[in-house]
Amino acid sequence: MSRIEGVMKSLKDQGRKALIPYITAGDPHPDQSVGLMHTLVKAGADIIELGVPFSDPMADGPVIQLACERALVHGTTLRQVIAMVKEFRKTDDATPIVLMGYLNPMVAMGYEAFADAAADAGVDGVLTVDLPYEEADEVAPLFAARNLDPIFLMAPTTTDERIKAISEHSSGYVYYVSIKGVTGSATINVDEVAQKVAHIREIMALPVGVGFGIRDADTAAAISRVSDGVIVGSVLVDTIARHQADPDALNKALTDLLHPMRVAMDSPAS
Amino acid sequence: MSVKLTEEMLKALPDARGHFGAFGGRFVSETLIDSLMTLEKEYLRLKDDAEFQATFDKDLADYVGRPSPLYFAERLTKKAGGAQIWLKREDLNHTGAHKVNNTIGQALLASFLGKKRIIAETGAGQHGVATATVCARLGLECHVFMGAEDVKRQSLNVYRMKLLGATVHAVQSGTKTLKDAMNDAMRDWVANVDDTFYIIGTVAGPHPYPLLVRDFQSVIGRETRRQALEQAGKLPDALVACVGGGSNAIGMFHPFLADETVELYGVEAGGLGIETGQHAAPLCAGRPGVLHGNRTYLMEDENGQIAATHSVSAGLDYPGVGPEHSWLKDIGRAHYVSVTDEEALDGFRMLTQIEGIMPALETAHAVAYAVKLAATMDKDKMIVINISGRGDKDIHTIAQLDGIEI
Repeated sequence: MSRIEGVMKSLKDQGRKALIPYITAGDPHPDQSVGLMHTLVKAGADIIELGVPFSDPMADGPVIQLACERALVHGTTLRQVIAMVKEFRKTDDATPIVLMGYLNPMVAMGYEAFADAAADAGVDGVLTVDLPYEEADEVAPLFAARNLDPIFLMAPTTTDERIKAISEHSSGYVYYVSIKGVTGSATINVDEVAQKVAHIREIMALPVGVGFGIRDADTAAAISRVSDGVIVGSVLVDTIARHQADPDALNKALTDLLHPMRVAMDSPAS
Repeated sequence: MSVKLTEEMLKALPDARGHFGAFGGRFVSETLIDSLMTLEKEYLRLKDDAEFQATFDKDLADYVGRPSPLYFAERLTKKAGGAQIWLKREDLNHTGAHKVNNTIGQALLASFLGKKRIIAETGAGQHGVATATVCARLGLECHVFMGAEDVKRQSLNVYRMKLLGATVHAVQSGTKTLKDAMNDAMRDWVANVDDTFYIIGTVAGPHPYPLLVRDFQSVIGRETRRQALEQAGKLPDALVACVGGGSNAIGMFHPFLADETVELYGVEAGGLGIETGQHAAPLCAGRPGVLHGNRTYLMEDENGQIAATHSVSAGLDYPGVGPEHSWLKDIGRAHYVSVTDEEALDGFRMLTQIEGIMPALETAHAVAYAVKLAATMDKDKMIVINISGRGDKDIHTIAQLDGIEI
């Protein structure tokens, strides 16, 4: 059983849902990333999506694009991001890490070299925004051989036929993109998400994490009731941007944002 | 030596996944996949639809002014001192460049699909103007994304787009050039995918764009082939076209791919010189990667971050290239070369002063290379340069380089 599968199963047994924060590795500075990952875990994260910065993040809004730029200014590379995971694993062997990013840095590193290094460092899953399953035939066997879970996106526009096909290529969980738009761009509609996630669950059995548009504890709680996991990104990254000059204030601000989501998600529905 | 391509082989490309050999494909976020699949299905149906094709052909004739002439440049030929140089006059099209062939086709597709809102990216502004033009004609809402740097360099075209009723969005992210404009156009598309048609201006992007843009632009090569046979009594020995994304070059090359006696030369922007790293020549000096929905040659650093490009011409200032060009390079069917900013400027002046034809700075790259190439060929040989656009839009840039304020 992969680390992701284990966490998802144990949460399910407890009747709880996964809280999955996203931060961009190397933002605001590569030296701070491992510390921030531990902060997220202390504040209640079950799984961390660690963004690999890319110069041209086409599916992201300005908040995450600027985070990429901050990370790239300090020369953050895919190899360094993998090294951060290795460092994180020295003191946390339980929290699954999913690398999330775009394909080209992986192409440049070489698929096999990437898969080897990621597995060796203790990476658990890989979500590549611009790699639909149809184009993933080269990486899929490399990931499978190393127990790396391939995480794919589903969107409001995904047809039933594709939901089935995507689930057959996925393991760990699937990431449901709740809105048509880039990250950080619009407000989530809980009823619409509830309907679509229910529909997705009729077609496939993997856990469904929902992301895009979740900014506060109430929304996190509402989404957690209709899904298996809540993915929170832009609001955290925006917090990092606002406190980039003061590491202590940053840790506190991230905790103050994430912990109430944890609490709200774990409280019985009112 | 180049591979012998048959009509049969060419018909099979791109394959069902949009691949040209190892290149192309559909590398986009899940939200866009359904739209791209619908577009592909509808295009493959309409491609063979008599009414669609008749409308397209009629628009190209009556609105664009096709066929564009194939002109023997006698004085340029003498000056180069070798092969005969002929010019395919895409600069004489309505709106002044080859770009309109494609926007007519895609706007027609948008109408058939019932989409009322159009978005486009543009570098030099030629594709933006061509898109704004067809939108004005068809009464469609038009949004053009243009890098803030290019908005400055191409102020004339920005104003033209505004006069045509388009909204021009100056893109402030990244390097503020064509690639960033494409990023923002894709971001807009993801958010408005239900009612919006994205008119991509070049043969790059996710499948089916490289296919349909190539098909719409292939009118250039088909006409050239017929005109060469009529006017010169033979096929050309060499075709020369500039390559940014590569739409004018693929439009010229594609109908000749099976003619193995015809040599193909794509001319990339050498900027300050390939050795300086300050250029926009992915086929000459890049390596394969994935950007903007397709696998192709790219300019990038060793970690896969897209590199900043440089060219005097905004339209060539792009770190990627259409996947079919990457394939043609790897199988050896086409040659890809580069000329520097300075050589291109010489080409601009030469064509302007010797033939009275002012080419776009993009096109001037092809002119500069063709003149060098002609000198190495016998006098009975024939070169056709694709004069992809006219240079009016670049007059401010040229004047500035001359230290003149206008």
